[in-house]
Amino acid sequence: MTPLSHIRNFSIVAHIDHGKSTLADRLIQSTNTVADRDMKEQMLDSMDIERERGITIKAQTVRINYTAKDGEEYILNLIDTPGHVDFAYEVSRSMRAVEGSLLVVDSTQGVEAQTLANVYHAIEADHEIVPVLNKIDLPASDCDRVAEQIEDVIGIDATGAIRVSAKTGVGIEDTLEAIVTHLPAPKGTLDAPLKAMLVDSWYDSYLGVIVLVRIMDGQLRKGDRIRMMQNGSVHHVDRIGVFRPQMTEIDTLGPGEIGFLTASIKQVRDTRVGDTITHEKKGTDTALPGFKPSQPVVFCGLFPVDSAEFEDLRDAIEKLALNDASFSFEMETSAALGFGFRCGFLGLLHLEVIRDRIEREYDIDLITTAPSVIYHIHMKDGEMMELHNPADMPDLTLVDHLEEPRIKATILVPDDYLGDVLKLCQDRRGIQEDLTYAGSRAMVVYDLPLNEVVFDFYDRLKSVTKGYASFDYQMMGYRQDNLVKMSILVNDEPVDALSTMVHRDRAEGRGRAMVEKLKDLIPRHMFKIPIQAAIGGKVIARETLSAMRKDVTAKCYGGDATRKRKLLDKQKAGKKKMRQFGKVDIPQEAFISALKMDG
Amino acid sequence: MTEDWQNGGFGLYIHWPFCEAKCPYCDFNSHVSRTIDQRAWRDAYLSELARAAAETPGRVLNAVYFGGGTPSLMDPDTVADIITAIRSHWPHANDLEITLEANPGSVEAGRFRAYNSAGVNRISMGVQALNDTDLKRLGRIHTANEALIAFDIARDTFDRVSFDLIYGRQEQSAADWRSELKQALSLAIDHISLYQLTIESGTAFGDRYALGKLRGLPNDDLGADMFEMTQDICGAAGMPAYEVSNHARDGAQSRHNMIYWRYGDYIGIGPGAHGRLTLNGQKHATVCFSNPNRWLIGARDGQTEQPREALSRADQAAEFLMMGLRLREGVDRERFETLSGTSLDTDQIADLVNLGFLEVGKDRITVSNQGVIIMNSVIEALIPAE
Repeated sequence: MTPLSHIRNFSIVAHIDHGKSTLADRLIQSTNTVADRDMKEQMLDSMDIERERGITIKAQTVRINYTAKDGEEYILNLIDTPGHVDFAYEVSRSMRAVEGSLLVVDSTQGVEAQTLANVYHAIEADHEIVPVLNKIDLPASDCDRVAEQIEDVIGIDATGAIRVSAKTGVGIEDTLEAIVTHLPAPKGTLDAPLKAMLVDSWYDSYLGVIVLVRIMDGQLRKGDRIRMMQNGSVHHVDRIGVFRPQMTEIDTLGPGEIGFLTASIKQVRDTRVGDTITHEKKGTDTALPGFKPSQPVVFCGLFPVDSAEFEDLRDAIEKLALNDASFSFEMETSAALGFGFRCGFLGLLHLEVIRDRIEREYDIDLITTAPSVIYHIHMKDGEMMELHNPADMPDLTLVDHLEEPRIKATILVPDDYLGDVLKLCQDRRGIQEDLTYAGSRAMVVYDLPLNEVVFDFYDRLKSVTKGYASFDYQMMGYRQDNLVKMSILVNDEPVDALSTMVHRDRAEGRGRAMVEKLKDLIPRHMFKIPIQAAIGGKVIARETLSAMRKDVTAKCYGGDATRKRKLLDKQKAGKKKMRQFGKVDIPQEAFISALKMDG
Repeated sequence: MTEDWQNGGFGLYIHWPFCEAKCPYCDFNSHVSRTIDQRAWRDAYLSELARAAAETPGRVLNAVYFGGGTPSLMDPDTVADIITAIRSHWPHANDLEITLEANPGSVEAGRFRAYNSAGVNRISMGVQALNDTDLKRLGRIHTANEALIAFDIARDTFDRVSFDLIYGRQEQSAADWRSELKQALSLAIDHISLYQLTIESGTAFGDRYALGKLRGLPNDDLGADMFEMTQDICGAAGMPAYEVSNHARDGAQSRHNMIYWRYGDYIGIGPGAHGRLTLNGQKHATVCFSNPNRWLIGARDGQTEQPREALSRADQAAEFLMMGLRLREGVDRERFETLSGTSLDTDQIADLVNLGFLEVGKDRITVSNQGVIIMNSVIEALIPAE
């Protein structure tokens, strides 16, 4: 067991693409934690989706042995956290398990919205923060300006900021040394009853649930009987260990240490993140403060393209939910789409990640319906109900008024693009709350309806600012507004999966944009197809998709039969990826693409 | 017991894989080669014919077709030896149709008489366009005038002459095509094939198209208008379409091609040649190696084919509809049912009839005039789901 004075626990705070994963890779590599031949890019991002998108979704942990300049050997525990706003909750709880943070800022870019959001989590968790200026090998690097910006915007001393190129390895030794000298050692008492924080948990098909713990007081040994303080359940610990970053079993975890345990736990849901773990006998009486559970804010329907795959989808969703307690689901039936699930997510990225994993890991083609937020419907009889799905909108004569969730959005943008950002926010029914400058960058704060943001706000923001803006938000509660349900009719049949809640003043514009989009997304058929947007019985926008004009093979002789037949088979298989509504085939991507607004 | 293929007949296709130059739109199996050992090729065709004959003893041969490539580059002697062998291998009618595809160049035209003596009685000329600008764009090495001279020689030599034109070319207006088509019809003897230019991937045009460099092609609306205009003009001139792109005077249809569309059996010999062959009651798809040398070497010991594919009833049903509905005579429902073991979806048929794309007679169903232009969708809708 390592003495407390020789342990340092830390996380890395950064905006996406500022080099967090590369820096983590270098720290791992330069301490020979992983043999060079086993080293791969973004060591800690284990899911394919994480590697592909260059994002971290699940918190990951690694234990690094480092011999410092004072000749002593230290244990450095890194918890790598997700950077995206959807997973802000995971960030804040991971921060509670460590004492300090490296604040990584790209010295060619400066502070961004995610830097801010995440550094605030670190400050809230009372972290000691070491600023690291990365990418100093690039010609556009401007360390002095960025250091000044860190002091101006965040308000922490950046004079001693470490200058690093995670790419070339410059400054890595300094970073390791700073972790040892600047960050505090953890506190804890070896003789006290066991008190361990449940930081995270996930399901492994061989080992069952793996629980990531931070020992606050006492010792955890293999074979111990432990109690989860929240529900009182008792488990027998069959394994404990640390991540290097692959799982390595050890015998004991002491105060200040971070590691894992397995105890034949079947479901992630049985392990509440933030819970306190103690010994069954002679345990502690005082639990740690704990965290409040994360709440889904975005809902959508997931339906199998092939209705025969419903059971496979149920199976996939249940397996994913085993590992992700923040993801909720319940069965849903749609007149148009048949059986599926209404699922709740932390945000749109979370939605996309889950959807991609179902399609990829379970090989099920999905139709994803329009994402929706939770509306509060206040009925005339004084009751309030939550609306997760526009298709469930009750009879309007019974409704008194509707409320929608609002957010506080913080956007940092170079002032060249400020006008575009303000226009975008105004177009999305935003109310400006603040506008300040830090150097040539503006920071704008807007009060925005969440339903204007869940969909494509971030894409639009990136496109109007050529990628230079950064964005983060927090939930702000509910407010009444004039909201209506807009239905879409294709070939005179309502397609419930395309129903959306919109603001009355925006309905015509949204309706027009959607029918125009659908006209492009639905392939031409043998007959013409009217596409309409309607509120109640009133049509507010209409387009007509004309019938196909030409679809004939000019030459088809003996040598063509095989190839043309196979082509036909392929086309028929392609049609199976579409869903039939009446006599119209609608491609699966139409359900999402139709909602994306270009302006 | 009669077998299904007998409804369509039995034909023989000989593929000659060489061309003087490769055309940018062509996705057929053709190769440019300086030296061709005519004797070796003759021997290979003869031994392959003997092998095919051994598999199909006693079948009455309805038609023979020399395609390519450019079969008018074959020595007339080679053609003569092949035809003699064919006549000795299979029983056949006295008026066995033997077609040879020819380029309308002056050199080829000089061989027409010799081909006729060899037994060729029908010639199909790849004229493609009647003006030099478009011929150049299509990569053709003959001129319009050469084509007209070659055509005169063909007409004097053969009873039956067909020629091909490609329309929907770059920068071609409907009016351009109308006057060119009228000129073509004034020349036509008894048969003409009119193809809308199709950009196939894997061709030079396909590559240019993918790069966005093939400009001035008609959009679907203009293409559809040109197609409809073509039907009207040819119909009025007594050369109605009997298939999507083929027009003939009454009785002058290509008997060989009718075997494909009526879903008969046909043997394919030569590099890349496809066949359909019913053996012991099972219909097979056959295909020869497309590399000319591989095929030539393989012919020494009868190893010229890729493994044969036994066609399932569903495959056969799909091919039967796909080929048969191209014909104005349509398909026989009972034959479809016997072949596929299923019947056509009556709701689907009713929909297509209501839309005006399908006509249902007592025994046959036919794609209507209006439906031909979107025939692929009609066929796809009719093919039973697996």
